[in-house]
Amino acid sequence: MKWGVVRFPGSLDDNDTLWALNEVMGQEAAILWHKDTSLKGAQCVVLPGGFSYGDYLRCGAIARFSPIMESVARFAADGGLVIGTCNGFQVLCEAHLLPGVLTRNRSLSFICERVHVRVENAATPFTCAMRQGEVLRLPIKHGEGLYVAPESELRQMEERGQVILRYVDADGRESDDANPNGSMHSIAGVANERFNVFGLMPHPEHAVEAMLGGEDGLKIFRSIVESVR
Amino acid sequence: MSRNPVSLPGDPPVDPEQARAHGLAPDEFAAIQKLLGRIPTFTELGVFSVMWSEHCSYKSSRKHLRTLPSRSSLVVQGPGENAGAINVGDGWVAVFKIESHNHPSFVEPYQGAATGVGGILRDIFTMGARPVASMDSLKFGSFDHPRTRYLLGGVVAGIGGYGNCVGVPTVAGELMFDPSYNGNILVNAFCLGLARSGELLSARASGVGNPVLYVGSATGRDGIHGASLLASAEFDAESESKRPTVQVGDPFTEKLLIEACLEAAKTGAIVAIQDMGAAGLTSSSSEMAARGGVGIELDLDKVPLREPSLTPYEILLSESQERMLIVARRGREDELKAVFDKWDLHAVVIGEIIEEPRWRAKWRGDVVADIPVAALADQAPVYDRPIRPAAPPALCPARVENPEPAAALKALLENPNVASRRWVFRQYDSIVQGNTVTGPGISDAAVLRLKHSRRGLALKVDSNPRACALDPYLGTIATAVEAARNVACTGARPVGITNCLNYGNPERPEIMWQFAEGVRGLRDAALALNAPVVSGNVSFYNETEGRAILPTPTIAIVGVIGDVSRQVPSFFREPGDTILMLRTNPPRLAASEYAAMFGASDRTLARIDPEREAALIDALVAAAEQGLIRSAHDVSEGGLAVAIAEACFNPGRLLGAEVDLAAQGLTSTAELFGEGASTIVISVSTRDVEQVIQLFSDRSLDCRLIGTVTAAARLRLLPFIDEDVRELFVRYEQGLPGRLATND
Repeated sequence: MKWGVVRFPGSLDDNDTLWALNEVMGQEAAILWHKDTSLKGAQCVVLPGGFSYGDYLRCGAIARFSPIMESVARFAADGGLVIGTCNGFQVLCEAHLLPGVLTRNRSLSFICERVHVRVENAATPFTCAMRQGEVLRLPIKHGEGLYVAPESELRQMEERGQVILRYVDADGRESDDANPNGSMHSIAGVANERFNVFGLMPHPEHAVEAMLGGEDGLKIFRSIVESVR
Repeated sequence: MSRNPVSLPGDPPVDPEQARAHGLAPDEFAAIQKLLGRIPTFTELGVFSVMWSEHCSYKSSRKHLRTLPSRSSLVVQGPGENAGAINVGDGWVAVFKIESHNHPSFVEPYQGAATGVGGILRDIFTMGARPVASMDSLKFGSFDHPRTRYLLGGVVAGIGGYGNCVGVPTVAGELMFDPSYNGNILVNAFCLGLARSGELLSARASGVGNPVLYVGSATGRDGIHGASLLASAEFDAESESKRPTVQVGDPFTEKLLIEACLEAAKTGAIVAIQDMGAAGLTSSSSEMAARGGVGIELDLDKVPLREPSLTPYEILLSESQERMLIVARRGREDELKAVFDKWDLHAVVIGEIIEEPRWRAKWRGDVVADIPVAALADQAPVYDRPIRPAAPPALCPARVENPEPAAALKALLENPNVASRRWVFRQYDSIVQGNTVTGPGISDAAVLRLKHSRRGLALKVDSNPRACALDPYLGTIATAVEAARNVACTGARPVGITNCLNYGNPERPEIMWQFAEGVRGLRDAALALNAPVVSGNVSFYNETEGRAILPTPTIAIVGVIGDVSRQVPSFFREPGDTILMLRTNPPRLAASEYAAMFGASDRTLARIDPEREAALIDALVAAAEQGLIRSAHDVSEGGLAVAIAEACFNPGRLLGAEVDLAAQGLTSTAELFGEGASTIVISVSTRDVEQVIQLFSDRSLDCRLIGTVTAAARLRLLPFIDEDVRELFVRYEQGLPGRLATND
């Protein structure tokens, strides 16, 4: 299937996402330049990790105004699949394509490590190749991944199944120790109400080869492929 | 056109006093007047002061550095360009270098460390190579010194803040605390880049009439005299006031600059390129011209400025970050401008290459500097400074304690010089770019895969200042072979060296002796290892109020693994595997971490034979290439006991070890906790034991069976130690954060 990977100035995991999709999975992924407006026929748009525009303001706050984001917003409004990882998640929240916001980690420092997340809703285009409750091991690397939303909104999101991934320990149990950044409700990934836009702080594109520490990220990309088929 | 340059209104008078204030000695000021045939203008004085500074001219070190071996069949680029380059196979060239940013990091730890990372990255991509991995060697004062935590926090945050944002993984490093760095920390930043064979760029200007392009950030007042007054002088009580000479980093612009420069390189319109690092526009323009034997003329009115009031002196000496200078092919500058425009970066023609070998700067219609190119480069002074051997300092407490071995092991594991570095490397992105097979904290060296190839690279940076203090020659050999051993423990064959030589004031004969002995040691080690020294950096004047740091040659080694799927970790993997010990010399307590904690009377390093060390490394790599080695861990800080404990810390599940030390005659304190070249602990499958022992004994190398890996997570080094590995692991993991959290 055809994928578009947006390249903002300061995107860092754009090439790694291309590698995962094209070289590892044999997909057809191309870069979408931030100054362009064409999505080049992509069936799924990826907003990659990085520090778009340096993230000197709030993370993702400038990137949402890029020309390409108007097209991405229209695409999402038409039901197109959009996934944002790390900085891409932050951009999607800033662009109000996803609820909530990502703030400074509880530790106040950048964290790069492998964590466990549990699939909370396997009935979405981004998780349909997985089991409900399945535990994935994925890397995180961010300074601002503490997910925040008003408690009332969180309650509604939980009820509607919009919380897609939650930080847990290796045995799948939620705990404060297993929550690396202090996110509310241990949230690692959320979807919009239509379940066609998904944002997550972990990096599935960095978990696609056993030699580099794991392949669990493939399950997310494979879910997308299956849902489009 | 050689009319005299003009002095500007408001220029201070240029006299011997002014020259001294610029860090130029009286005979240097006299030499400048002789070279010019006149008194320099104030602008020219500033230019000479940075180009003739120790930092830029290597005037005290050059004579010694010439003796280092820099050739092998794999060397693509030795010293002389912005970084060295080695052919690592399958069409890839590895470009690498390490550089100091010590003084800026002491004055302003976050920005000092951040711009240290930024500067070394530019040295790599100016060669046309994409930076793919960083490492850092950090030295701080005593953990209990009041400034240490502030400096540690700032430096680590600065390295992460820059490296994470620019998208280059930090994959390995080293960290040490010692009181000799209380007044002068060390921050040495390494970067490795990859380029395709035959696609390296050069910093050699050529082609009269070719335009000179300024690209990247605009020029501001930051960093003026960073090279001369900050890097090339020792610290005193006034050093805090030098904070404005520290540059401020902008990693976002650096990221754009990397992409734009690598894209521009593909146009073929670049003749030469160099980053504006130390001494900024002055050094980049004059060094490129000098390499090519041409002249260069700059129009300072065209330089993009952050504020219009900068003087020519300030424009020429600014060390504003994220700027590059490019010599373009005439008529093709618009192709380059289009690339930089795409990335929203300045790209302005500010000058051209001229035939007359002069370095000339014009401003508002006047020539403000006009200097023979050679006077700034080749004719800078070279000193043969006097040397005098010095007695080794007392490194450890005079009172010798004799703790129980189990207690000593626990204390060592939570000692900040031994304990897990997770608190540090967790703050660094170590996986971006998708090549990190082995990141920090897992093996003795980092391992990267080469895309579209079976090959891998291993990298490690090491130093051993206490050994160098006891014997600067043997200590440097020990450092180099330790780095090589660490690389070889992953199964990689060492192929190239870069180094950062950190010492005190070279005008003191004892310091100069340490330096000369260090270079001699590095030379002998590099020759034995057949690993040429392709790049490097010297940092002198690392002292405060007359107290120098321990001599600290920092040595980084790059190795190649033929089949990266055969890379070897440092931790035990399978219960039942056999533990073997490889050794060239018995360990000693001299210069050890144990001695620093508990005292020791031994102050003599073991003799070390670099050839024998190279033979051990060669044998280890041969065994790894045959797939015979399950794990390999070099014995370093904390000795054999700590090394075996660390090998039990398998990140998947903790394992144990049973070693009968008494049966092996390994019962002395030195055997348990001593250091020195060299001992390696390996584990092998029981079915391969005979073959492995045979392989080493065929090469007359000592290889002994000492124990067994156990599923039960107990460390049994009998008859002295029988401890729960989980408890040891907690101590090891909590050593650094635990000490940081307490307020004592």
